Amino acid sequence: MDKTWNNKAWFLVVPVIVLVAFNAIIPLMTVVNYSVQESFGGGVFFFEGTKWFQQILTSERFHAALLRQFAFTGTILLIEIPLGVAIALAMPRRGPWVSVCLVLMALPLLVPWHVVGAIWNIFALPEIGLLGRALNGLGFDYNFTRQVGSAWFTLILMDVWHWTSLVVLLAYAGLMAIPEPYYQAARIDGASQWAVFRHIQLPKMNRVLTIAVLLRFMDSFIIYTEPFVLTGGGPGNATTLLSIDLVKMALGQFDVGPAAAMSIIYFLIVLAISWVFYTLMMRNEDRW
Amino acid sequence: MDLSWMAWTWQTAVFFASIALLLVAMTIWEVLSPGGGPRRGVLGLETTRGDRLFISLLGSAFINLAWLGLVGPSLWWALGLSLLYAIAVFRWV
Repeated sequence: MDKTWNNKAWFLVVPVIVLVAFNAIIPLMTVVNYSVQESFGGGVFFFEGTKWFQQILTSERFHAALLRQFAFTGTILLIEIPLGVAIALAMPRRGPWVSVCLVLMALPLLVPWHVVGAIWNIFALPEIGLLGRALNGLGFDYNFTRQVGSAWFTLILMDVWHWTSLVVLLAYAGLMAIPEPYYQAARIDGASQWAVFRHIQLPKMNRVLTIAVLLRFMDSFIIYTEPFVLTGGGPGNATTLLSIDLVKMALGQFDVGPAAAMSIIYFLIVLAISWVFYTLMMRNEDRW
Repeated sequence: MDLSWMAWTWQTAVFFASIALLLVAMTIWEVLSPGGGPRRGVLGLETTRGDRLFISLLGSAFINLAWLGLVGPSLWWALGLSLLYAIAVFRWV
């Protein structure tokens, strides 16, 4: 090994480590401590071992919330990724309309999350909301505050409205990075539009799409504000996703022990799936 | 410094101390033989020994959770299984 190794630059990372320790590692350690104890407040704790973990893992309430969470995340990914790619393909590549399209696409991303929830809540109300009245006027029996199907429909529509833009912008950036000669070569070969998409555009967008899937997965899996403002987890528990259930348990019932155990399980699931996506991304990077 | 708000127990302290010791051991290993020993294992992706430790720890967490959910509260067998898993990861991944 002839290379000179100088690791002094690592000291420049110290402030970041201190900050992360303060806002992530120490709170996470505290959650682990809580997860093995019972507390009734007042700083008094009783050791319970792995009881809460077992309770959460075997609880139907947790299974149902986890299932709802996967259903929600899976559905929005299946809609937002293809829709985002389709919109990006339809957007102009040059000319004055580019900026117009980009600004229009960026708008939903600029709306604060609780405002998105409030907008959609009012928009979808069956008596006074534009969407609610229109759907009922068309003969649909639509009331998201009372019907499970309507609540899910509104929830998914809201997320698609809010976040498809992110996929569009990423896919568009990926498309713009494809050099013109690729298209020229495809034209010379007489390639169909589908062949161009399948063999040039899609492979070239692979990386940005993996990032898009990763970002949308993480964000939708930990989503709280928008469904909380829109439905509050209802009707009943129909739209109680993991984070809403967790907050109910931790702050509503003050069950800090079980809530801490649930947070850790929740965190481990997010960590594992994100690691799989990250690994796939790195593998693709290796290939090119 | 008053750390009572963190609600420490000796069991969780031992857990975090083991993680800290593992990290110290990994640092010493890295100083003795720098570079992280990158290689391509059975998963078909390049891993360093840091990656292998991460895969071992994350997998062990799930082994223990699965044991708790499916078998019962005694985790010694799960711990043994996790160790075997970690050895396999360090050997073949």
